[in-house]
Amino acid sequence: MQKSIYSFVWKFSRRQQLYVLFVTIISFPVLYGTLELPKIIINDAISPTTDDPDAFPITLLGLELGQIGFLLTLCGAFLALVMINGAFKYHINVYRGRLGERMLRRLRYDLYQRVLRFRLPRFKRMSQGEIIPMITAEVEPLGGFVGDAYALPAFQGGTLLTYLIFIFAQDPILGAAAISLYPIQAYIIPKLQRHVNQLGKQRVRTVRILSDRIGETVSGVREIHSHGTVNYHQADFTRLLGRIYDIRFEIYRRKFFIKFLNNFLNQLTPFFFYSIGGYLVIQGSLSFGALVAVLAAYKDLSGPWRELLNFYQRSEDARIKYQQVVEQFQPADLQPDDQFAHDARPIDPLPGELVFANVTYAEPDGGVVLETLNLTLPTTANTAVVDAGNGGAEVLLMLASRLLIASSGRLRLGEHELADLPEVSLGRAVSYADSQPYLFTDSLRANLIYGLRQRPVIQPAYDAEASAALEQHITEARAAANSDLDPGADWVDYDVAGAAGPDDLDDRLVEVLEAVELAGDVYRMGLNGTIDPVAEAGLADRLLAAREAVRAHLDEHPTDQALVELFAEDRYNTSASVAENLLNGTPVGDALQADRLAGNDYVLSVLDKTGLSERFVEIGADVAETMIDIFRDLPPTHEFFEQFSFIGAEDLPEFEPLVARLRKDGAAALKGEGRLRLMSLPFKLIVSRHRLDLIDEAMQQRLLEARRVFRRDLPADLAGAIEFFDAARYNAAASLQDNILFGKVRYGQAGSQERVQQLLGAVIDRLDLHRAIIGVGLAQPVGVAGSRLSGPQASKLGLARALLKRPGLLVLNEATARLDAATETRVATTLLAQMSGRGLIWRVQRPALAAAGFDEVLVLRDGRVAERGTWEELTLRKGGVLAGLVASAG
Amino acid sequence: MGIQDEVELLKRIPLFANLERSKLKLLAFTSERLTWPAGATLFRQNEMGDAAYILIDGEAEVLVEADGREIPVATLARNDVVGEIAIICDVPRTATVRARGELTTLKIAKDLFFRLIAEFPEMAVEIMRVLAQRLERTTKDATRAEARVRELEGQHGG
Repeated sequence: MQKSIYSFVWKFSRRQQLYVLFVTIISFPVLYGTLELPKIIINDAISPTTDDPDAFPITLLGLELGQIGFLLTLCGAFLALVMINGAFKYHINVYRGRLGERMLRRLRYDLYQRVLRFRLPRFKRMSQGEIIPMITAEVEPLGGFVGDAYALPAFQGGTLLTYLIFIFAQDPILGAAAISLYPIQAYIIPKLQRHVNQLGKQRVRTVRILSDRIGETVSGVREIHSHGTVNYHQADFTRLLGRIYDIRFEIYRRKFFIKFLNNFLNQLTPFFFYSIGGYLVIQGSLSFGALVAVLAAYKDLSGPWRELLNFYQRSEDARIKYQQVVEQFQPADLQPDDQFAHDARPIDPLPGELVFANVTYAEPDGGVVLETLNLTLPTTANTAVVDAGNGGAEVLLMLASRLLIASSGRLRLGEHELADLPEVSLGRAVSYADSQPYLFTDSLRANLIYGLRQRPVIQPAYDAEASAALEQHITEARAAANSDLDPGADWVDYDVAGAAGPDDLDDRLVEVLEAVELAGDVYRMGLNGTIDPVAEAGLADRLLAAREAVRAHLDEHPTDQALVELFAEDRYNTSASVAENLLNGTPVGDALQADRLAGNDYVLSVLDKTGLSERFVEIGADVAETMIDIFRDLPPTHEFFEQFSFIGAEDLPEFEPLVARLRKDGAAALKGEGRLRLMSLPFKLIVSRHRLDLIDEAMQQRLLEARRVFRRDLPADLAGAIEFFDAARYNAAASLQDNILFGKVRYGQAGSQERVQQLLGAVIDRLDLHRAIIGVGLAQPVGVAGSRLSGPQASKLGLARALLKRPGLLVLNEATARLDAATETRVATTLLAQMSGRGLIWRVQRPALAAAGFDEVLVLRDGRVAERGTWEELTLRKGGVLAGLVASAG
Repeated sequence: MGIQDEVELLKRIPLFANLERSKLKLLAFTSERLTWPAGATLFRQNEMGDAAYILIDGEAEVLVEADGREIPVATLARNDVVGEIAIICDVPRTATVRARGELTTLKIAKDLFFRLIAEFPEMAVEIMRVLAQRLERTTKDATRAEARVRELEGQHGG
């Protein structure tokens, strides 16, 4: 990368800069004209009336003009010049702005690409908290600077020069006086500026540390809370903020001092004019008129001079920012960017051997991990790697998949040098997975097919508008040397996954999910997921058919009716809460969530209309009384509060006086906040679960009446806040499972949950919905960096992703370590069968896993191969390393 | 039948008889009331236990498995508690319990049971007393049985 911003600007925008310069120069005459014309208008068009009656008519371009005509013509010309001048300015500004943005875009892209080219060990020394602000905030001001880099100093410098020449032409001595202080300014100001620059550098570094700390706080938030170290972090953060404050304050002081000094020196020059010039006028060696002209010229001089000085400060700022960012992106060992060619040819067939020849790997700090390793690993057989202590097995695996580069020695894949292979080709042939794969904040499916996205595969059929937009996108991207691939194309390489196209990819996805035993989890996620019944009308209809099948089953098997209480318009559901019964639907958004109903004006009005308000207050008081009675003696932090109580521990004491007041004065007397608090309690009651006998048959009937009123009078602004239960319609707000069941599992029936699950499972199988539900599961988001998945689920997803590519060589680094031993063994057996005849290098965490049927076991110790052979050979070897490990593991 | 009735019922069970009303209410409120169809198995011998049951209505049979056959050893009725040993001592179930006719129970989950004991020492003491009484009775039974065995041996030997 270019060492300085000037060479960067010159190299990539030479022609554009010259163009800006050129346009600036040709705009000069116009600018001059807008200054000159008013003079002509006043002197020649307006003033002559009194002096010279013969001046008119004037002949202009063959036209004879009277004074008014001449005036209007000149004014018209003035207007035209003003507009042309404005147009020039507009054109230059837009052009410069675009140039700056393009250059900024190029710089950012270049930096990002360098991040992608960093070797892995670089990230041990450079955190994302440092990288992010560099590429985003720190380079931002450079864009504005680039447009001005050459044009501004040339323009202002030229103007300055013109004025100076004018002054010198009037009187050389005064000219000398005018510039007498420039050398001093030119000497002192950069000197002072240098201090400011140093401080600027410090500030940038400190802000990077700051953003690194914020990043650490977010990633380490669990540690912070579990160790109670909040105060330490706050103090540390304060220290950094203090440092930034001090630096900035110092910068302000120095900057304003420079300004002060500069202003002073500028004011000093007129002092010379008045004294020396005045002296000369009195002596008679200078005309008074010339002195006035020089003074006027000097006044004009200060404008460009200030601009130049400002520009100098800005350019210094830009120079440092650029330098400080770029030096972080110039490590010696960048991956060559020609390895990223998207159209690289696949390595087909994959050579049979991966050869390590005299391979040594040392950490950047010098620790040797692998020493002069000579090893041939077949890519047609399965090898288990066991690390018997400091063996460097992990490094061996990462070298084999080229995530790391050997310090010395060579790795060859058949006749190819591994180090020289294009990454796209290698990425298709080799998969690497460990137990903590990075998951992107996207759907399960996107994470699964992530490994198939090496290049755009299928160009979508764009309409004219879209293809014009794409054309534009690519042209702009090329102008800034960005990637010119279409991000909107289908990047999924179905062929790599062994699928003919998008339609049968799902079969392959299910296959790999089953291989890693994740299909069941995805199925459950699907059952708990939601769909958009408009976009997926076919599926919604099939789910409705399943709902019908459940109902039919219950009609035919009366004993199972005890398991489920179906939703019905005219029946109170004793397995659902009062809130659910009142709404008779699923809330969408926040407005009608169960815990906010008592605060909702419409709900309250419905209760008033149906005469239920007082009853709600009374029942609320009964609930409160019971809660106080039951939970009073428990310590406030007790988990029962969370699990069972209707009232949180901290609120419990506040309910006591409320209940007392109600008992004394009656429900009608209780008003305001306290009334609402009591009214909020009954909404949570579930008749068959809580068994408090507070919602009796009569009350249930009245609630049904309230349900009817609620629906009948629902105002338009709440219409979107609820999706009513309707036996004949798919409920978009409810999960798939709730849609199929269309009711509640009854409380109090032994084993009802399991039996309902069986019933649902049977219906789903019969209607062949299993695959569709997995599809819904695959569409579920995995959360930020996979946070919604459990550890084993994330591991399995990473493994499935590695498998989907059908790699010729699969490298697994303890990829199943987070699975329980039984699952791990089953998955290993499946993988070994699937990878039979292809290459599998698996570093196992438990040596016992190496017995799962590998062709060979490789044992590493102290950076060397300790032994190698089949499981049987090695475990029977007397005094063998593996035999020892197995024996000690029991 | 609601919590109030369950509290009345718990009051009649020796294990809980000495507990305050509010504690019994807590026990009832935090427990699950379950209905079992006739012949349903509450738990099986040798399984690990995760709950104790209080019979509210109906009867249950206690069966011990021996030589692949199930031998009924006792019948449980209303107010009986079953399954508490396995959760207190963390041992597998010593017998199978099955509903005879429709049965209603209160199911007290293991962690709930322990938390109650930890929270209310008087309950722990009560449990200890009941268990000690049972141990004493069992010891007596055993002694009597031993004496009977000797007597029988004496008869046969003599």
